[in-house]
Amino acid sequence: MKLIYYPGCTLKNQARNFDVSTVSSMAELGVEVEELARWNCCGTVHALGSDNIMNRVAPVTNLIRVKEAQASEFMTTCAMCYNTLKRANIDVKKRPDALETINEFLYQEETKYQGDVDVLHLLEYLRDRIGFDKLAEKVKKPLAGLRVACYYGCLLVRPKEVAFDDVENPTIMEDLITALGATPVQFPLKTECCGAYHTVDKPEIIAERTDKIMGSAHEEQADLVVVSCPLCAFNLDFRQDDARRLNPDFYHLPVLYFTQLMALAFGCDDAALRFDLHHIDPQPTLAGRGLA
Amino acid sequence: MNTTLRISSSRLGGTFVAKIEKISGQKLLACYQCGKCSAGCPMAAHMDVLPNQIIRMAQLGMEKQLLATRAIWICVSCMTCNSRCPKDIRIAEVIEALRQTVLGTVNRADHLKIQELSPEAIGALPPIALISALRKQTS
Repeated sequence: MKLIYYPGCTLKNQARNFDVSTVSSMAELGVEVEELARWNCCGTVHALGSDNIMNRVAPVTNLIRVKEAQASEFMTTCAMCYNTLKRANIDVKKRPDALETINEFLYQEETKYQGDVDVLHLLEYLRDRIGFDKLAEKVKKPLAGLRVACYYGCLLVRPKEVAFDDVENPTIMEDLITALGATPVQFPLKTECCGAYHTVDKPEIIAERTDKIMGSAHEEQADLVVVSCPLCAFNLDFRQDDARRLNPDFYHLPVLYFTQLMALAFGCDDAALRFDLHHIDPQPTLAGRGLA
Repeated sequence: MNTTLRISSSRLGGTFVAKIEKISGQKLLACYQCGKCSAGCPMAAHMDVLPNQIIRMAQLGMEKQLLATRAIWICVSCMTCNSRCPKDIRIAEVIEALRQTVLGTVNRADHLKIQELSPEAIGALPPIALISALRKQTS
């Protein structure tokens, strides 16, 4: 069984730990993941203006590449890529005139996009195609005693037409974490925005957001926070020093991708985890639970 | 001191209101100012004008004041307001239309001055941060 996989730009840069842990843990589940040939940046954000057809070209080009790979669906793990690709797909399916304009613009492409590709997020693939009960059978090293705060951020669950779980109180990551043997904690801020791209020129906003979100996870006695978005990961992990400057009582917590916890529970080696890419090293926390 | 307040409907159906409604695809007058968007906005603390006030100002055609606010650049399109609005108004789309209006002016008023960041700062940022910041804040 081959599954077409769209990694996106950041998984080939700062978030290589997200990429390698995805591929390794899928291999453990018996799913052969094939990276989409000639993929390009999705654009990272969906253009909300109805007249902005230009920003839909990048995602649609990727949908064409999926068709060229003889596939009718593909999977991505990055929440921003998922949201951008999914929304562009929904939009051009609803607006044949916009799709025609994009296909005309892409006149050098041999394949025309006709709205015939489905965009999947890895979490929904794991839940709906594999099943968390089957996934649990592959666990070699249960994450017993590990207290995990599952952070969804914005783009996995908003807007509702792209959400694969409840908009206000999603639980899909908690269900996955439970299957891996860990304990999910209550986390009231799990869908609160991290401040996203303000990290570029307004780091003071990210410091305030990180302090609030990570502080909430700490209050619930979480050992670590898991995410599905490389921008959330960057803000909540790499901006913790700024949060500490803002609030001297800020408590540092590691931030991991959900795929890293899968790889850990499936017994994958260090090369599949890449803890060297983290700002806050997860290893002492994991060692404290007998997991590293 | 005497203050004269003149109430006029002349701007309500003006070109600015029509333009924002068209780009955003939203009916501004559907808003009845419940304030739910501002109550849940994670960026509200950093805004000079709150999301419900942005909608009110847009309804009233207050073009100049609205396009000069800091708030339209602070909104990061997290969609919390959209998912909670009882009238199904997509506030984030309205704010994007306002940003697009500024960015589409003759002098292309880019809000993010990427050239002012050091190469080290840019190098440390993930591509996803840079691309989204540029897409939202530059023409």
